[in-house]
Amino acid sequence: MKTVYLDNNATSSVAPEVIEVMLPYFRDQWGNPSSMHIFGGQVKKPLDRAREQVAALIHADPSEIIFTSCGTESDNAAIRGGVEAAGPKFNVVTTRVEHPAVLGPCRYLGERGRRLHEIGVDSSGQLDLVQLGEALREGPALVSIMWANNETGVIFPIDEIARMVKAAGGVFHTDAVQAAGKLPIDVRKIPVDMLSISGHKLHAPKGIGVLFVRRGTRLQPFMLGGHQEDNRRAGTENVPYIVGLGRAAEMAREAMATEMTQVATLRNRLEAGLLATCPDTCVNGDRVNRLPNTANISFEYIEGESILYMMSDVGIAASSGSACTSGSLEPSHVLRAMGVPFTAVHGSVRFSLSRYTTRDEIDYTLDRLPPIISRLRSISPFVKK
Amino acid sequence: MWDYTGKVMDHFRNPRNVGVIANPDGVGEVGSLACGDALKLMFKLDQDGRIAEAKFQTFGCASAIASSSALTEIVKGMTLEQAAKVTNQDIAEYLGGLPEQKMHCSVMGREALEAAIENYRSGSTEKIILGGKVICNCFGVTEEEIERVVRENGLSTIEQVTNYTKAGGGCGKCKPDIARILEKVVLERLEAERKTGAKTATRKMSVMEKIRLIEQTIEREIRPLLKKDGGDIELIDVEGNRVKVALRGMCAGCNVAHFTLKDVVEVKLREFVSSDLTVEEVRE
Repeated sequence: MKTVYLDNNATSSVAPEVIEVMLPYFRDQWGNPSSMHIFGGQVKKPLDRAREQVAALIHADPSEIIFTSCGTESDNAAIRGGVEAAGPKFNVVTTRVEHPAVLGPCRYLGERGRRLHEIGVDSSGQLDLVQLGEALREGPALVSIMWANNETGVIFPIDEIARMVKAAGGVFHTDAVQAAGKLPIDVRKIPVDMLSISGHKLHAPKGIGVLFVRRGTRLQPFMLGGHQEDNRRAGTENVPYIVGLGRAAEMAREAMATEMTQVATLRNRLEAGLLATCPDTCVNGDRVNRLPNTANISFEYIEGESILYMMSDVGIAASSGSACTSGSLEPSHVLRAMGVPFTAVHGSVRFSLSRYTTRDEIDYTLDRLPPIISRLRSISPFVKK
Repeated sequence: MWDYTGKVMDHFRNPRNVGVIANPDGVGEVGSLACGDALKLMFKLDQDGRIAEAKFQTFGCASAIASSSALTEIVKGMTLEQAAKVTNQDIAEYLGGLPEQKMHCSVMGREALEAAIENYRSGSTEKIILGGKVICNCFGVTEEEIERVVRENGLSTIEQVTNYTKAGGGCGKCKPDIARILEKVVLERLEAERKTGAKTATRKMSVMEKIRLIEQTIEREIRPLLKKDGGDIELIDVEGNRVKVALRGMCAGCNVAHFTLKDVVEVKLREFVSSDLTVEEVRE
């Protein structure tokens, strides 16, 4: 069966070139980089090179790159370790639309006595900067605000936010898991203190992440018990995955123009086609300040899980913000924070493309999806004939 | 993906009896757009009072559509007396089972059927709302409904009630109410078992064995939960099936201690040791 993968914000395919560079580090060069012999020596250089490759993606210094096990670890390390290092007076500020990997640790700190502010968004998913300013006036804070939203693709004005936080004497962390590799990121120009990246969102494998920590930023290490990563993250380096992520970061940097042109064009084609062929359909989120690969579309009066299963039957993979697909009974907290009505939240589908998505795949989706929507609507009691 | 049976997927992909009936004898509507699933069921009777035709329209996930389709197939040919006895388990069984978290779809089917029969009997064209005080405001679930589902499905934990009725799955504020309903029904169940002399299938334990098991359960299952909130528990005595404990730390004197005792301590001990235990707090 033909398969069309439009769920790249969930995870992405591992690039063949990435697999290729990883294999020798399973087969032959399996040494521990800390070892004082040839086995350790031969993996030290590849590790340094990968660190340079990742640093180059965001214009950081290689010494500012810490490898972690995943994006969630990076977020936890930055938030919990940042707050601990900052001292007991620091508040925590985040937004209502963060990924659970950020909301989880922030709420954990809130439950343990830290003053926690969760900044709201408007109907387009854009952050309420006035509310952020007010929260910052209440005292020094560790602020964690995502660069781009995983569900809607909405991009926050991270430069302005970072400057606000720094002007208020705060520490600023951004979860750039969805932005890295899709948008140009330059930490020399934007004053973020810490930034999280996840390998498997940019065609490296699962199980590898990055935390950028600007030189001079105080951070209490989250993982203890080893000198690795300059004493900032204990644990033997995951050499093959680090090497793979290095290559993936290099490829993402080279393909950045493709993201902005080819991927965005295909996303726009998909979005325009669906809006034209399916009535009672709308786009969720700011359509201007948005990741080039993401489209979040609500098909009113029908439910997301049903849409996904029927799409899966014809080989198309996407995801939904409906309650039934969230693993709980509550639908997407992101769309609810935007005030998207329930009629639209339950029927929301997120399509996320990659640079490997083809025009043929988009046209196949445009051909197969509208009949699924009208079929489910013919079953729905809410559609007036 | 959910672990749906082939039968669920078949009824989802090829739902039977979709649509509306021109002049139905009974119509039942349950659920809402806000809740994430809704079902409109209609039937028409033949001269003998049997359901000649049943049709549905559903807004919901794959298992909601499959449950609705199954329901219409089950009730066709039944008298209303027979149909009134159809339970949510009948719907789930017809489909070869549903994932635990999706059992509420089968409950929605039974509710719609009940509403449609009520509509036929009372002649009212109003949307039927099943009676009782609303316990879960997020999903509009009433006390009567929760009690009935607990009874019919032999439920014993809040999580199960949420899976079967959605109650407690939103803000969670109604969890103490659900615990109260559970306690009431479970006590009735135990009482009934005592009266009929029904023995639980478990092997009879020696007193020592029972105490050891209770201690292990407290250590492994209960204490970590209480410690999370700064509390602790101590086993004081066991008399027959009465387990006497003292709450310590933050739990001592906590105003939801009764809830902790019944919903955490008792539920866990019944689950891991014996279903006829009761827990009492000893205050010193």
